[in-house]
Formats: sequence, structure tokens, C-alpha cells
Amino acid sequence: MRVTVTINRRPEIADPEGTTVMRALHDLGYTETETVRMDRVIHMEVAGKDPQEVKARVEEMCRQMLANPVLEDFEVEVGE
Amino acid sequence: MRAAVVVFPGTNCEQDVVYALQSLGGEAELVWHRETDLSEFDGVVLPGGFAHGDYLRTGAIARFSPIMAEVQRMASVGRPVLGICNGFQILCEAGLLPGALIANRDLSFICRPVEVEVVDNNTILTRGSTVGDRIVIPLNSYEGNWVDASGTGRVALRYTDNPNGSQQGAAAVTNERGNIAGVMPHPERAIEAVLGSADGQVLLNSFLDSLVAA
Repeated sequence: MRVTVTINRRPEIADPEGTTVMRALHDLGYTETETVRMDRVIHMEVAGKDPQEVKARVEEMCRQMLANPVLEDFEVEVGE
Repeated sequence: MRAAVVVFPGTNCEQDVVYALQSLGGEAELVWHRETDLSEFDGVVLPGGFAHGDYLRTGAIARFSPIMAEVQRMASVGRPVLGICNGFQILCEAGLLPGALIANRDLSFICRPVEVEVVDNNTILTRGSTVGDRIVIPLNSYEGNWVDASGTGRVALRYTDNPNGSQQGAAAVTNERGNIAGVMPHPERAIEAVLGSADGQVLLNSFLDSLVAA
């Protein structure tokens, strides 16, 4: 099954990369940009038949390694 | 009294750490990250570099190297555990130190001597110093910006000019017991005046003294 994991830094934790990209967008005239957060997306293919089970396993992977609970939240989407 | 200096794939400061500890009169030996026994050692250093390529996040994969179970065990029985630069990042990922290290505030790789002030000398890294002492050691990192949403971290050294945006200006952090310490600048690169500073000596001597006392 195709699985997409999105890992995003919690809003209360600074994102220097996002801030720098936003500053550059402002310099280019896109002054309407109010926030930029640089999330990480991981695409995986995971063997399994039950989407709920696959989702639970990948969430476990996130808690153990793929995300840092001190800094980040994550979302897991299971496709076909 | 012997210190283990752990080598992960991508570690690159291990020889400097061994040289520095030996030249200060200590015993130090390199240990590969796949080893699983540190019972012959009195303390451990995780040196700087780019363990496992820093892939995913700095330290995120290194924390699962086989040796880390032993590092956890030594930390839990009060033995001195010191992480320098990348080693500090690994200790945070492993949950042995609070917080995490993210990209520097200005997204620049900072490579220059920095001044730090001792704010807590009840740690394995600072016990030979006096609170308020100011020393100069080289910083060499991109992800040196310490954040600690929990607010439980004890700061041992603080930058006097906070070059990377670190919370509380932290350059070194310790656990509640003071036997685990992470330091972002490199004391092992400042142990001889000919290299620009010998100020790192007091920190590494503190670590060596802790091996005996622990």
C-alpha cells in the first residue's frame, strides 16, 4: 500500500528555514505571504492488506523514529 | 580509568577526542557503534561528525545503533556520558538530554571560536570550573540551535553572544543528575595554545576527573 507521511514542526517551535524562505518571498514582492513552514513528506510502500493495520504500523514508525516527538507532529495517509 | 570514544559511520572528531583526552593524562579508546559492551569503560564520549550522514534528522538514526543501549545503561547508573556537537544531537534524540537541536537561527554554518560562560559547575563537563568563568572554544555546526519546549533542561554553558539562537543561549546542557552533558562547541579542538586556545582543557579535565569520582 502507498503511504504518505507528513511530518511538520509544531507551531510553537521555530522554523528558521521557513522564516528564511518567507523573507526571500517578501523580497521578491510576495508580501502577502504570512507564514511558511518547511514540512517533510515521506513516501513509502508498505506490505499489508488492512489499511487500518498499515496505518497503525506506520504511526508506530513515526513515534519511534521518523518524527521527533520533542519537535514534530505527523500525519499518516494510506492510499490504494 | 578509561573512556570509550564511540565511532559511528560518519563520525569525524574521534581522533581529536582521543588525542585530547590522552594528552591530558586520560585513557581513551575508540569503540565501533556496533559493539554492545562498555563494561570495561568508566565513561563514554560521543564525538562530533555526521553520524549515519545525519539523514532524517541529526542523531535520529545513530540513537538506534547497537552501542546506544550500553550508553543508556551507563547513563542510568551515573557514569559520565559526554556528547560533543553531533554527539550532543544524538543524546537529545535518544532522550538522554532534554530538547533538540535545530538549524541555526540565521541558517549559516558557524565555524569560529565562541566565548561561553559557565552557568552551572555541578556537571561532568564543568566541575573543574567556577560559575562565571568565560572560556573560548571553537563552534563548528549548522544544527546548533537548542530548543527545549519542556523547559526542564539545565544549562551548563551559555554563549555570551548567542550566535545560533539557542534557547537561553545554551552552549552546553546537562541532565538533572549532572552525569550526562552535551556541548555544541568543541573543547577537544582547544587544548593547546598553539591552536588558538587551551580553554577546552578545563572541560575535558572535568570529564576525566568525573571518571574517577563517578
